[in-house]
Amino acid sequence: MHEHDVIVVGAGGAGLRAAIAAQEEGADVAMVTKLHPVRSHTGAAEGGINAALREGDSWEDHAYDTMKGSDYLGDAPAVETLCQDSPEEVIQLEHWGMAFSRDDDGRVSQRPFGGLSFPRTTYAGAETGHHLLHTLYEQVVKRGIEVYDEWYVSDLAVTDADDPENRECHGVVAYDIKSGELSGFKARDGVVLATGGPGQVYDHTTNAVANTGDGVAMAYRAGVPIEDMEMIQFHPTTLPSTGVLISEGVRGEGGILLNDDNERFMFEHGYANNAGELASRDVVSRAELTEINEGRGIEDEYIDLDMRHLGEERITDRLENILHLAEDFEGVDGLTEPMPVKPGQHYAMGGVETNEHGETCVSGLYAVGECACASVHGSNRLGGNALPELIVFGARAGKHAAGGEFEPARITVGETGDSEIGSIDSPVQLGEVGLTRDDVAADGGTAAAPGSSTLSPAETVDRAVERERARVDRLLNKEEGVNHASVRADVQKTMTQNVNVFREEENLKDALADIRVARERYQDVYVSDPSRTFNTDLIHTIETRNVLDLAEAITLGALARDEFRGAHWRKEHQERKDDEWLKHTMLTWTDGEPRLWYKPVVLEGESKTYEPKSRSY
Amino acid sequence: MSTQVPKEPETEEVETDPVVKSAQDRRIREKAERTARERVKTDEAPDLEGEDTRVIKVFRYDPEVPEKQEPRFDEFHVPFDKGMTVLDALMYARDTYDSSLTFRHSCRQAVCGSDALFVNGSQRLGCQTQLGDLDEPIRIEPLPHQDVVKDLVVDMQHFYEQMEAVDPFFDPDDLPADEMAEQAQTRANREKIKMSTRCIWCGACMSSCNIAAGNNDYLGPAAINKAYRFAMDEREGSDKKRERIEIIERENGVWRCQTQFSCTEVCPKDIPLTEHIQALKREAVKENLKFW
Repeated sequence: MHEHDVIVVGAGGAGLRAAIAAQEEGADVAMVTKLHPVRSHTGAAEGGINAALREGDSWEDHAYDTMKGSDYLGDAPAVETLCQDSPEEVIQLEHWGMAFSRDDDGRVSQRPFGGLSFPRTTYAGAETGHHLLHTLYEQVVKRGIEVYDEWYVSDLAVTDADDPENRECHGVVAYDIKSGELSGFKARDGVVLATGGPGQVYDHTTNAVANTGDGVAMAYRAGVPIEDMEMIQFHPTTLPSTGVLISEGVRGEGGILLNDDNERFMFEHGYANNAGELASRDVVSRAELTEINEGRGIEDEYIDLDMRHLGEERITDRLENILHLAEDFEGVDGLTEPMPVKPGQHYAMGGVETNEHGETCVSGLYAVGECACASVHGSNRLGGNALPELIVFGARAGKHAAGGEFEPARITVGETGDSEIGSIDSPVQLGEVGLTRDDVAADGGTAAAPGSSTLSPAETVDRAVERERARVDRLLNKEEGVNHASVRADVQKTMTQNVNVFREEENLKDALADIRVARERYQDVYVSDPSRTFNTDLIHTIETRNVLDLAEAITLGALARDEFRGAHWRKEHQERKDDEWLKHTMLTWTDGEPRLWYKPVVLEGESKTYEPKSRSY
Repeated sequence: MSTQVPKEPETEEVETDPVVKSAQDRRIREKAERTARERVKTDEAPDLEGEDTRVIKVFRYDPEVPEKQEPRFDEFHVPFDKGMTVLDALMYARDTYDSSLTFRHSCRQAVCGSDALFVNGSQRLGCQTQLGDLDEPIRIEPLPHQDVVKDLVVDMQHFYEQMEAVDPFFDPDDLPADEMAEQAQTRANREKIKMSTRCIWCGACMSSCNIAAGNNDYLGPAAINKAYRFAMDEREGSDKKRERIEIIERENGVWRCQTQFSCTEVCPKDIPLTEHIQALKREAVKENLKFW
């Protein structure tokens, strides 16, 4: 068994920042990650990092924009933390040598982004995430932090108390992809989940193939509540054939959107009379799909994004990467022709419930970055707010896990006595298929042996390893059955068809039924590759279970929330219902099934309350 | 083992003894045989009649699966659409015909650097290579000059070690007194390092380099480019710069480069690697003159 003070799962921006912070606090840190750190999907982030660095800007304005952008589903203490800490974290990156774009005076450049009242998006060309990822990894190398790369964490080692709030996380189980060896990793002080988003739940997504929401699904099954899962962001400008992202920076620099009649529809059809193309992402995505659905799309499929008028010099200086992406993945020259774009799944605002220190309700378990929900993005994330979330909350959780001191958190985690209980009107049974008592225990925490009431931390990890070994052996030994790829493809298809930008009750129920069928098929899944060496068939099969659990959670949240807020549009419910819905949708995995409850949004900030206003751009 | 430096297939990893060692080995063998039979069946399954298709020939090897211990090429017929990449074809083949087909991939957009492959004889990213631009038969192999772990997966450990050998991190002499102040950098200096910062650690350059092929200790183009990225950054500290120049001018550093430009030709991010290596040679000379 491996043993460290702090174990960070995942090595994108949030995980790397957490590891550095924990180490600076004196902890012995290890990172366990299914990809080598520089392969992480943070590297694909393009636009930039919002930070109030300049005169005329303030963290308060950034917080106001973020609360408005969230459509008042963000929790003010988390939002204010993000906006207060972002400037020093950005300067920290600069001090670590990050290659930001520069103004004539030698200071880092900032540009306008959607939904912002000040041009505060700090950037490095149109490849900000790549630079951020590499800069952080360089610091991990400098510090000699141990990285177990291509080790796939497939389960958490959590104790088995009935109430999740009484459970403790003592480590993780990880599978060495190269050798096929399964090992326990015991964490003396804490486990930080930084596993990224669940984009693979959809088939048209900007996300990497590796983004299967592993951390969220593992925490969920260990009893940690997951929050606002229905809040999925669809980015307005992705390439139609591949889903590759075209940065909001193109519109930030002055790029325009045109329909088949060559109209700037954002203005001409009144979707956003002030901000136009720079309205919030949910607004622009709906506008594009409305144009397409009403017959004004190009080839009935997409919209044109035109940046030719910006001129070659400016494009090459600030958006060069976009030229390469358009050329390589759509065969289009952005200097001489418009680029075809349509909305694509991009980001999950929801995730593992945490407070502003990254803590979950399970002691010793943290979550940061896209897999977490603090919540800073509420029902819609502003462009440029994901990267600061990684570094701000990564740093806080790493420090906290290593024993660093903080003010008491203002956001509560876990269910309280007065939590509002929800009910789900599902056409099919939910949760695990064919449950037995053993399975229930297996999916909650690690059960103590009959007759003994407690397990030591090391025993908890050992038991989790044994359980996982049984699962891996079962998958490898099964002689025939279903290939996970067809199960995953079915889920992706129904999610893209039924749980997309526009949502209707009937379609959501269809999706739940399809997911149920997929779950039943997954019961018969098998791994046809017999090898212990680099068995990606096995890894992908395990990931597909995570995809199933999260697809169901996203759809359930979407069905429960009968209002229109931020990215969540419901055909039958066309207004934001503040009287009823200033609350988070929470799901807790209980006896193998999702249980729905609600917790109120925190709109009270440090010195002001963010009163919900009508949201227009 | 490696695809380019052929060894006899009977290396120590290869099972020559037909005696089955354990239940696990027996399981692997039986399952592999069954999977092979299944594959032939499913090979015919999708009806591609009348569709535009392409044939890809893919390198296969697995040290512990009996039928794959001897490297071989498998052919897969994949339906062809405009815009389809080598990576798309591999994913189709894996998900449709043979789920044991193994390759690294993640972002699908040429930024994670996972899927550098040897396609029709040159190093390219699978996700960035259009199938339509390639002559048939399309041969897909693992990166040459690296040990093959399985199928198209090579061992990247040596590459990472070389990257880390140049102290690939920023280390300024001192930071601004005001902790919220930035270190200034001119636009011209940022421009100078810009291309060098685009490296995605895919390993294509190292694999294409004749010098690296013959000398495992050569730092290689990617690591030297990483050194360039810091050495040319005006914010970098002078002590660290000197240390790093010392590293890259050692026996297996910049002077090994014979300016064949193969690295520059294959770099998927268009980094002028050979130019950067040459610039560091000049830098090393300048640095040495200072101390005369």
